[in-house]
Amino acid sequence: MLLIDCPYCGPRAEIEFAYGGEAHIARPAADVSEAEWSAFLYLRDNTKGVLAERWRHSHGCGRFFNALRDTRTDQFHAFYEIGMPRPDVRDAV
Amino acid sequence: MVEITEGCALAGLPPMVRLVVQGRVAALDAAAASLGLEAPPPMLRVASGIGGSALRLGPFELLILPTWEARAGLDAALAPVPHSLVEVSDRNVGFLLEGARAADILAGLCPLDFALSSFPVGMVTRTLLDKADAMVWRTDAHSFHVEVWRSFGPYVEAQLREVAKGISFSLLTV
Repeated sequence: MLLIDCPYCGPRAEIEFAYGGEAHIARPAADVSEAEWSAFLYLRDNTKGVLAERWRHSHGCGRFFNALRDTRTDQFHAFYEIGMPRPDVRDAV
Repeated sequence: MVEITEGCALAGLPPMVRLVVQGRVAALDAAAASLGLEAPPPMLRVASGIGGSALRLGPFELLILPTWEARAGLDAALAPVPHSLVEVSDRNVGFLLEGARAADILAGLCPLDFALSSFPVGMVTRTLLDKADAMVWRTDAHSFHVEVWRSFGPYVEAQLREVAKGISFSLLTV
C-alpha cells in the first residue's frame, strides 16, 4: 500500500485516494485543430521515471492535488497543490 | 447506550441539524462568526461556540452542527458572500462510541492512528470505516462521534459490533 501525503490532511493510506492521471495538461482553446484536440484528450507521455500526476483525496477532504511519483519504484518525491509549478526533482531512482 | 464489548458502548445519536458550507475564506469566516467563533477552525479540527460546532473537513468546507436558534442566522450571515450552504441533516446518521476500547474498535476498521497523540481530542476527519465513507470526530479521550451516510448506517454498526466481538473474544482468552 502507498502512503500518500495529502497537502491538506497529511499522510493517509492509498485506499482513501482516487488516481487522476497525468498532471499539468493544459486544456487548449476551443478553436484548435481536431488533431490537437485529440492529442489533448488521449495522448499521454507514459513516463518511465518521475511523473507528475493528479490524485484526489476522495474519501477525505475531497480535494485534487498533484504528486511526483517515480513510476519505476512507486516512490513519491513531492506533493503539491493544484496550480503550483512542478517542483524540481532529479530524475534518479 | 449498549455495551458492545467490555469497556466500550455504542449508541445511535438523535436526529440533529447538519449543514455543509463550502466557499472561500470569506464564506468560512462568515459562517464561523455566526456561530460565535472568532475564526473557522484549522484543517481537521472542530471549534464550538454558543451557536454550535464547526467541523473543518476540507480546506474550503465546514460541516456545521448549529443550535436551533443559530440555524436561521447562518443564512443571513452568508448572504453577502459567494457560498454554498446545503442542509444534510437527513443524509447522515450519527453514532457515539464511548469507552476505553473505542479507539481500538475504530482501528479495527480504519488504518488511521487513533492514539491520543496523533488523533487528539477535537480532531475530525473523513475517512473509510471498512468500506464505507465515514466522519470520525474525537469528542473526548475515550469518546468518538462517528457519522456515516444513512444507508451505510446498519453496515457500519454491524462492522463496529463485529470488531467489538473480536475484542471480547481476545479478552476471554488472555
